[in-house]
Amino acid sequence: MLTLDRLTARWGDWTLEADFSVEPGAKLALIGPSGAGKSTLLGLIAGHETPDAGRVLWQGEDLTDAPPAARPVSMIFQDNNLFPHLTAAQNVGLGLRPDLRLDRGQRSQVESALERVGLAGLGARKPGQLSGGQAARVALARALLRHKPLMLLDEPFGALGPALRTEMLDLVAELADETGATLLIVSHDPDDARRIADGVVLVADGIAYPPAPTEDIFANPPEALRAYLG
Amino acid sequence: MRWRSDPPGAAGAAAVVAAILLVLNLGALGMVASRAEGWGGWSAADGAALRFTLWQALLSAVFSVAMAVPVARALARRRFPGRGALIVLMGAPFILPVLVAVIGLLAVLGRNGLVNDLLALAGLPRVSIYGLHGVVLAHVFFNLPLATRLILQGWLAIPAERFRLAAALGFGPGDVARVLERPMLRETVPGAFLVVFVLCLTSFAVALALGGGPRATTVELAIYQAFRFDFDLGKAALLALVQVALAGAAALVALRLTLPAELGPGFDRTVTRWDATAPGLRAQDAVLIALATLFLALPLAMIALNGLAALATLPASIWTATLRSLAVALVSTALTLALALPIAALAVRRKARIVEALGMLTIAASPLVVGTGLFVLLFPLIDPGKVALGVTALVNAAMALPFALRALTPALAAIEADYGRLADGLGLTGPARLRLLWLPRLRRPLGFAAGLAAALSMGDLGVVAMFASPEGGTLPLALYRLMAAYRMDDAAGAALVLLAASLALFWIFDRGGRLDADA
Repeated sequence: MLTLDRLTARWGDWTLEADFSVEPGAKLALIGPSGAGKSTLLGLIAGHETPDAGRVLWQGEDLTDAPPAARPVSMIFQDNNLFPHLTAAQNVGLGLRPDLRLDRGQRSQVESALERVGLAGLGARKPGQLSGGQAARVALARALLRHKPLMLLDEPFGALGPALRTEMLDLVAELADETGATLLIVSHDPDDARRIADGVVLVADGIAYPPAPTEDIFANPPEALRAYLG
Repeated sequence: MRWRSDPPGAAGAAAVVAAILLVLNLGALGMVASRAEGWGGWSAADGAALRFTLWQALLSAVFSVAMAVPVARALARRRFPGRGALIVLMGAPFILPVLVAVIGLLAVLGRNGLVNDLLALAGLPRVSIYGLHGVVLAHVFFNLPLATRLILQGWLAIPAERFRLAAALGFGPGDVARVLERPMLRETVPGAFLVVFVLCLTSFAVALALGGGPRATTVELAIYQAFRFDFDLGKAALLALVQVALAGAAALVALRLTLPAELGPGFDRTVTRWDATAPGLRAQDAVLIALATLFLALPLAMIALNGLAALATLPASIWTATLRSLAVALVSTALTLALALPIAALAVRRKARIVEALGMLTIAASPLVVGTGLFVLLFPLIDPGKVALGVTALVNAAMALPFALRALTPALAAIEADYGRLADGLGLTGPARLRLLWLPRLRRPLGFAAGLAAALSMGDLGVVAMFASPEGGTLPLALYRLMAAYRMDDAAGAALVLLAASLALFWIFDRGGRLDADA
């Protein structure tokens, strides 16, 4: 279970507070106006940003001071998920060993991860030779290999067309089901949330509200969500 | 809220590097101070050297900037074929060995140069290039292009929309100058002036070649002479302290002004200027650009012309000196990068202001002063001739460091902004981050910085002149010896070899950084 214990971040007048828990295996969508702190919340959980108060706990263990790589987290960003000077296979392999000294067994693990996301045989290509959808699949293959119990996605696939984006979201949901990972995904599209999330975290007015079931929250939106959806 | 920053071993490495630099600069200074004799040793000649240093630097800065303003204005408001090439040529004096330029200037303006031959044909007396005006002329040759590029940046930083608005309001050239250009010049000119002034304060090779004598000796040259001719370490150390105070004061003033970055990109932009279409203005700009081009290109062309003829008969010692210089340049380049990377990493990961401070420190610190300190330190321990090349490589690396940092630090900051979080999340730390993220993505700026460091070291005549034994030394020193012996044909050949080697080193490294670089 992921627990955010009175987690607080401040930046001048701007604040973000979160105080709730997430069940293992949950799929949550983070929704709210831009600048409200959706990405910041993911950054706090992943360890890229440091809270001013409060704690982040996973299965009761305090992560607040752990560096990003030591946390049970795979994160996919809006962009720059791949190093452009490394091949697809190398980018995936970084998920196994950050120094890329892979043995034969690890190399075949990389191959099968690429195969699982539908990129068999494309391991030697560099990101510049891949389409946007293929590059997103490489990032997913790496997350799959790292096999971390928390998958955080910060408005991924934003540059992809609607059809491709739906396809990628379905793949993410499938992979999360296979690995039992807990999924937190930032999105500005309510349809994304309806498609793959079983709960919604509304981030607005300086607060990340506890998750509410997707059906309920869209059927009976609170004031802040109504203002955002228009 | 703050960004998490975990220094991947960079902090330790940077601390070591900073310590090395401090020891090199301050340690040398301490050694100098410990040997300096009292003010009783200060002679009238030393006072004259101090006055000459200030006077020639002032004149050089005044002429360079005064000429740079109209040339930069002409380049800013005209489009013509070869404009880009000319601006690149204006970057060339930066990596041009000082003595090569001096030989080129002598070929044009020297005793048997083009201008004097023309004067003689017209029945007029020949003019001499030696002394104050020669020193100033050479400094203007080097710094007019630098000042032009600095001021041109200011011009190009004025948004095109302002000129469009000016045209819509019917501004003439005078109105544009008053409303748009003079405020910009008030910002850029003092900075450009100070950069040139400080650079000329620490100029050694020009004064060595074109100055000398009681009326044209700089403090730097006096240090060298106290050393080389009188072997008076106390006097050399006293002069070195004066030089440090001089350059340090200038650097402090310069720090208060915003220093323009002279290596910035973006020179290819031109703005349509509706206010400057009058035929008179067009002719004026054309003449200015032609004169500036001639002033820069003619001496270089003369080196090629005179040097080619002498190449076949060059003494063998020139070729051994060339090999020695190449070795020094390569070692110095490696040292520069090894010093620059940890400091850039520290500056980026810790957001430290160390880069600017180090940059100014090294511009102000003179190689001769550091050389004096090292000499005082090493002389009791070892024959200076034996360590001449090593010391030269080290001092050259310290000199090239600020320029390397200026190329590397912004690039590294961009890499960390784009890929830092991804690398943090994957646990790319220490050597893995260096090998898999920084080095591959820094290829272009690394190549550029290496090219600059190699070319600067290849052409430098400074501390090697103090340390080298009579038969040893680098190519610039061998070239100086040929000039001092009035063997001008051989000197022209050696100058061509030096020029070619410097440009080739820069080109190879810079090119190496661009080849096969991933987007």
